[in-house]
Amino acid sequence: MSDQITFTIDGVEVKGKPGQTILEAADAAGIYIPRLCFMKDLIPHGSCRVCTVFINGRPQAACTQPITEGAIVENDTAELKEHRKNIIDMLFVEGNHFCMFCEKSGNCELQAMAYRLGISAPKYPYLFPKRDVDATHPDILIDRNRCILCGRCVEASRDVDKKTIFEFVGRGADKKVAVNANADLKDTDFKATDKAADVCPVGCIIKKRVGFAIPVGQRKYDTKPIGSDIEAGKK
Amino acid sequence: MSKPKVATASLAGCFGCHMSVLDIDERILKLIELVDFDKSPVDDIKEFTGRCAVGLIEGGCANEENVRVLQDFRRHCDVLISVGDCATMGGIPAMRNNIPLKECLDEAYLNGPTVYNPSGIIPNDKEIPLCLDKVYPCHEVVKIDYHMPGCPPSADTIWQTLVALLTNKPVDLPYELIKYD
Repeated sequence: MSDQITFTIDGVEVKGKPGQTILEAADAAGIYIPRLCFMKDLIPHGSCRVCTVFINGRPQAACTQPITEGAIVENDTAELKEHRKNIIDMLFVEGNHFCMFCEKSGNCELQAMAYRLGISAPKYPYLFPKRDVDATHPDILIDRNRCILCGRCVEASRDVDKKTIFEFVGRGADKKVAVNANADLKDTDFKATDKAADVCPVGCIIKKRVGFAIPVGQRKYDTKPIGSDIEAGKK
Repeated sequence: MSKPKVATASLAGCFGCHMSVLDIDERILKLIELVDFDKSPVDDIKEFTGRCAVGLIEGGCANEENVRVLQDFRRHCDVLISVGDCATMGGIPAMRNNIPLKECLDEAYLNGPTVYNPSGIIPNDKEIPLCLDKVYPCHEVVKIDYHMPGCPPSADTIWQTLVALLTNKPVDLPYELIKYD
């Protein structure tokens, strides 16, 4: 029996394998735990905290926390929903998110999470920070106005593409995704076929000449909330 | 009993949200049964004639006149709604928010590649409202009761919200009707 671990999420019994995280086990059971920075096949680093759940009464990031026998996990509660809304609100006011002309709109995970949580407007004052755009690369654009510092591009470039094109620099409000120590993106060996070109949850790293290809109404999150594909697998 | 009154205004917006109001098509006949319009570009009434049940604000605050109109709406309306992304977050006009105002005016009236302005004067007539340092979402200027995002919010979103408010029902919009684009 040691190859199976049983615990509960919101009172529902879930079985998982040793070494799985709460998030992986929940996904397999068809229970959606909201998340932003997590991406399948990348090493989770728990930076966004959207997937925070209570495990035996203590807040933990579900994407990094391994499952344990008999754990009592709270996920879909009013308190956690409020916590998640706060994070999304802050991400919206800390960047310059102009959904109305963004190529990613409709396919954006930040926007989709706000839709799912029912946010009609962020409750905090907008900061309108000054951020850089790097359009030097022939096929790919970086618009840091939209960056939410999820770290997916950093990980994908380092761990999958083995190129380490992206890295975080700076701290706090000045933290940003930098390219190969001050070089422009065109000076790197970044290719549109790299994994790192496909992982951005928002419209920060986007491929040129493919924007607005899908008409409004048929985009990924136009009619179905983010996470509904996982919930469709509910047992 | 007289019908409740609705007022609308376009501040720093493009009138697209007002177009979306008109996009309710033949339901506008039902709307007229439900409400009277007070101050609004729809009927061209310039000043409030009395207390209004609902005020719809399109656009954020880019100049001092926008602020005065918005404050006037807050004084006269029981429920004030930010309609569209400009009212909600500043929208396209807010793209100037991380550029100093002087740089924006210089680009528009002095340095822009298509500018013809031999006098070299940036318009400064006292009839022209002064620009604010940046474009503010309405809820950073007055209390806003509801936000209706979208660029513009669809006619269905506006219709369902208005009807729910005017018939004292909860505003419970389906997933498809809350969009930021």
